Amino acid sequence: MTARIDIAGITRRYGDALALSGVSLTIEAGEYCVLLGPSGCGKTTLLNIIGGFADPTGGRLTIGGRDMVGVPAAKRPTTTVFQDYALFPHMTLIDNVGFGLRMRGIGRAARNAKAQEMLYLVGLKGADRKKPSELSGGQRQRVALARALAVDPDVLLLDEPLGALDLNLRRSMQEELKAIQRRVGATFVHVTHDQEEAMAIADRIVVMNAGKIEDQGPPERVYREPATRFVAAFLGETNFVPATVRQGRLHSPLGDLGLTTAPEETALTVCVRPEHVGPGRGAPGRVKVIETVFQGVHRRVRVAPEAAPDLHLQALLPVGMDAAPGDTLDLRIDTSHVTLLPAGTA
Amino acid sequence: MSLRIEDRERRRAWALLAPAVLWTAVFFLLPFAIMAAMSLWQKTDDGIERTWSLVNYMTLFGNPTYIEALFNSLEITLIVTLLSILLAYPLAWIIAEEVPERYRRLALVLAVVPFWTSYIVRSYAWSLVLAKQGVLNTALEGIGLPTLDISNSRAAIVLGFTHFFTMLLTLTIYASLTQLPPNLRRAAADLGAGPWATFRHVILPLTAPGIAVGAFLSFALCIGDYVTPQILGGGNDLALPQLIMLQLGRRADLPMVAALSIVLMAVVTLAYLVVARFMKVAR
Amino acid sequence: MTRFAISAAYMAVLYAFIFLPVAVLVLFSFQDGRFPIPPFQGFTLKWHLEVLSDEELMVALRNSLLVAFGSSALALALGFLAARGLATSELPLARTIRAALTAPLSVSYLVIGLGLLASLNLAGVGLSLWTVAIGHVVINAPLCFAICTAAIGPAQQQAERAARDLGAGEWAVMRFVTAPMIMPALVAAFLLSVTFSWDEFIIAFLLSRFDVTLPVEIWSLLRSGLNPKTNAVGSLVFLISALAFLAFELSARRR
Repeated sequence: MTARIDIAGITRRYGDALALSGVSLTIEAGEYCVLLGPSGCGKTTLLNIIGGFADPTGGRLTIGGRDMVGVPAAKRPTTTVFQDYALFPHMTLIDNVGFGLRMRGIGRAARNAKAQEMLYLVGLKGADRKKPSELSGGQRQRVALARALAVDPDVLLLDEPLGALDLNLRRSMQEELKAIQRRVGATFVHVTHDQEEAMAIADRIVVMNAGKIEDQGPPERVYREPATRFVAAFLGETNFVPATVRQGRLHSPLGDLGLTTAPEETALTVCVRPEHVGPGRGAPGRVKVIETVFQGVHRRVRVAPEAAPDLHLQALLPVGMDAAPGDTLDLRIDTSHVTLLPAGTA
Repeated sequence: MSLRIEDRERRRAWALLAPAVLWTAVFFLLPFAIMAAMSLWQKTDDGIERTWSLVNYMTLFGNPTYIEALFNSLEITLIVTLLSILLAYPLAWIIAEEVPERYRRLALVLAVVPFWTSYIVRSYAWSLVLAKQGVLNTALEGIGLPTLDISNSRAAIVLGFTHFFTMLLTLTIYASLTQLPPNLRRAAADLGAGPWATFRHVILPLTAPGIAVGAFLSFALCIGDYVTPQILGGGNDLALPQLIMLQLGRRADLPMVAALSIVLMAVVTLAYLVVARFMKVAR
Repeated sequence: MTRFAISAAYMAVLYAFIFLPVAVLVLFSFQDGRFPIPPFQGFTLKWHLEVLSDEELMVALRNSLLVAFGSSALALALGFLAARGLATSELPLARTIRAALTAPLSVSYLVIGLGLLASLNLAGVGLSLWTVAIGHVVINAPLCFAICTAAIGPAQQQAERAARDLGAGEWAVMRFVTAPMIMPALVAAFLLSVTFSWDEFIIAFLLSRFDVTLPVEIWSLLRSGLNPKTNAVGSLVFLISALAFLAFELSARRR
């Protein structure tokens, strides 16, 4: 019903290009894992390697303890929900969903019963005899999900499954995916480039860039304490402020950013989320507003601190607080929420 | 480590390709190579002598009969191709532009009805029409005009071919006309172009590739055809395919047949290159 | 004259030109006389009946159907498999292979027939309906290949991938996914092949000996000159082809 995935030192080369370089990752049985990254980061290649559509150039892959390298997709305990769904247009929904069972030699009555159950699970009760062309995008997505789940895979792979849906539908499908995953208990591996989707849905986020894993962990941890500058920038917006440690305190062009246990005289980058820059006294102090955007729940402003006019900061201010370009304000960084990274890291 | 899944996929692709590739190699490429080789051998009284020489080609290009046949073929083919384009373009245009939409398909199907007669029978039917006391002359006589004695002549061949290729070109030109964006004409008119200017500067250049493809198809089919000149030409000025068949039937001179076939192919290839170049320029 | 009148007149003239030989052919197949030329001497079915009771023509008809359906089935199989092979994987020589497989489309039937004749001659293989069928597969397989290649797009490839993921073997993928998805193209390719083979003369003429196909048999009828019986054969062939086309057209519209 579910299985753990162990990926050890997986590399994949296409000619001279390195799509994956030494990726190691363990996904626990029953976990909802999201591979997140910009296009070309290697997340889809990794998914293809887990699903049996591509081979690693090097490294080991086991699913439920079984070595998977060289095993074709058909013989793996995995199934995939494809990006464009890849439904069989000439078959009714019940035949689409029952296809995997048919390939396993299960009789019509049994596979129709199971297929019906799956269509019910994804909220498409009573649509058995329809063809995919009669469905909306969201409904097709559900059929693809039902079809992949009908064979009781240990691992379900989802390749940008919500990419083609509009925003509202995407939000509701996220919740539903999560609920379905809890129901069936299989390990889900979901690829996306949408960081909000990743945070909303994942037990574990794996952030990838340029064929490597940058960071992995629970969404909150990855968001609050990003391991690299890339992760900090990719998961939401971040201000990067250079700083040096002197006498146990962070010194930056914006002023004193509080206590630290980092060794003396090291150069650091301080990551500050815009929501942690608010009205108050402290660093950076007096700033000049350059640009403001009203965003409903808050007001986004870009400011130039007087202490360091070239080091623009993004801040999210309460809507009640007036700020127009040219105004001066007093702002303060909430130093209890900053993350420190070694200076000069990518 | 080897790429095992992808290897398997590649092997499967080769397995699927193998039958067609083998078939093409054995029954198309190999025969072609054999023919090319044979064109360099000679026929002797007791079979084929396998010594390599260009004798056949030298005979071929030194003998006025062969040269004449080649030029006959080229002449017929060029006239037919040109005539067919001139006849087919207006017809395709009328069907695409002026026939009401619901009758368009019917008009198109009707325009190619004779396709469904056998290709030999079509030429035979023309020989009926053009016979000395045939339908055409009876009709001409009936309205008091002089009769035409064009059965068994170059004119009959051209007529027979033109009939067929007018149908074919109507199809290809119609296809390229219907692929034009519908607002194109409106845009041209909007910019002050009259109907003739629109046709000359917009429609014609855009349908030129369609015409070129159809013209090449006509050229290749026409120059390689034995049946039409044989039935309608009456054995006077021979076309190249007739000469080939004559060499085969009467003299059983396979090496010469091979050499003539190679020349025929070279001519078609040359025409293809001209068309390909023209298409590149048109784009 | 108005533009419409000019167009109508042009259409009328061209349609007359296009229909003239067929009309004459069919009309004089009913000629109650020895020559299929004017004047029309009255209506009879005797030439048609003569055709239908002509043993040789009927054997040739059977041969033609055999060769047409047999060679088209093989051509379709070769073309379909090759199209799938080239579509599913990126092969190093893909371009060359595609060019080689479609090359016969641009060579005159006469040259293809002569090449095969010379080769069979050299190999000492006797001529028969089999050699005719081989020739027809050579000309029709590229056609089927091209039509199938055009029909197999990313949608099929994705669906095939999904089918494999769900446990389908190669045979099951083809049978349950690819073939049904491109069925219209398969039908069109097959029927087009049948039409071409059915009407093909020069290859059949060069590569057959005692058993001949219908066009070759008609060819030998032509030696007897203008003859209402030839008109009758031509009319019947026309009728068969037109009916087949009509059936195809209707089935295509129903879909």
